[in-house]
Amino acid sequence: MTKYNKSEAELEASFQQRVDSEQKIEPKDWMPEAYRKNLIRQMSQHAHSEIIGMQPEGNWITRAPSLRRKTVLLSKVQDEAGHGLYLYSATETLGIERSELIAALQSGKAKYASIFNYPAQTWGDMGAIGWLVDGAAIVNQVSLQRTSYGPYARGMIRICKEESFHQRQGYVIMMELAKGTPAQKQMAQDSLNRFYWPSLMMFGPHDSESAHSAKSMKWKIKRETNDDLRQKFIDQTVPQIAYLGLEHPDKDLVWNEEKGQHDSGEIDWDEFYAVINGNGHSNRQRIQHHVKAHEEGAWVRDAMSAYQQKKTQRKVNAETAA
Amino acid sequence: MSLEKLELFEVFLRSKRGLDHRHAGSLHAEDKEQALEYARDVYTRRSEGVSIWVVKSNDICASQEDDSESFFDPSDDKPYRHATYYDIPKEVGAM
Repeated sequence: MTKYNKSEAELEASFQQRVDSEQKIEPKDWMPEAYRKNLIRQMSQHAHSEIIGMQPEGNWITRAPSLRRKTVLLSKVQDEAGHGLYLYSATETLGIERSELIAALQSGKAKYASIFNYPAQTWGDMGAIGWLVDGAAIVNQVSLQRTSYGPYARGMIRICKEESFHQRQGYVIMMELAKGTPAQKQMAQDSLNRFYWPSLMMFGPHDSESAHSAKSMKWKIKRETNDDLRQKFIDQTVPQIAYLGLEHPDKDLVWNEEKGQHDSGEIDWDEFYAVINGNGHSNRQRIQHHVKAHEEGAWVRDAMSAYQQKKTQRKVNAETAA
Repeated sequence: MSLEKLELFEVFLRSKRGLDHRHAGSLHAEDKEQALEYARDVYTRRSEGVSIWVVKSNDICASQEDDSESFFDPSDDKPYRHATYYDIPKEVGAM
């Protein structure tokens, strides 16, 4: 443990000064305990989202309509696993163990993005998820490239580079369906309808309702508010929906000339809280599957450790023989 | 360990807060504390860094040039992992 020769108040003042002057906080720097806790919560939630997010798409790998689409989807899901790894590792720099993080996910103590509690029912959903869900995640993650914690910011830069492929492959699926047969176009519309609103919910509650926002903004863990980020996403999605020739799911959406942005309809917050609190379509299934996969993978971990022991023993034997 | 055969350490510098540590070079030292001081003395004489890492060269596990085929070739035939593989019309904005 690093020792600091200053009082708590002095340390806190110089910490805040560092944050205010846009310098990054690094793992061995002093930081307020609440900053550490807040980061662990947010970063692990982010990591869990990457890992649980593999499930709705993993569900379609065996049913992708061509070999090319199968390889693309497989590659995307592999990326999500990698992003989970970057984020778990970055979280561990804050002095928490991976096993604790996983236990919190499996017990329901830690959350993940509620969007992944919606089932992926059709191939069109693979398009909508890549385009809208990854698209919303990118808006958030681009902003987080400037977060105050160094390892998190660097992880985000790496992840953003890789995410662009995810969104584009999703949009290409949508373009193909939208210019296909009427049934295919209907499939695209149906996926858009089901994933549009939950994508807006990904940005979290309104700023006025958000429990963690004020502190997170002061510490620059978050750089832009939930509502500002959501607005960016709403505005950028409008021409994308129009290009596909699909109907916009928000009937109240209008351009506000004065503000230079779209006014939009209200999100169904009852649905948002119901899903977050465990009553979405797939909440139980997602966690059960995670537990099952973890348990069924035990033999791989055992085999790795047995092989490691064998290698060490061989080395010892060779050295004693020499 | 004799004075002529000190251990080799690799030195990594963070030039500015928020950036990754980057390899700067190497040096000989008795132990890690000494390596850290030497690194400060020789590699940060012109304010090159705000943080130093030293690692024993022997502790670095590196891929070999000879292995590069099996290590890196498999990604050569996967252009679909790049965003540019997908044509997105200009009208829909940056993606």
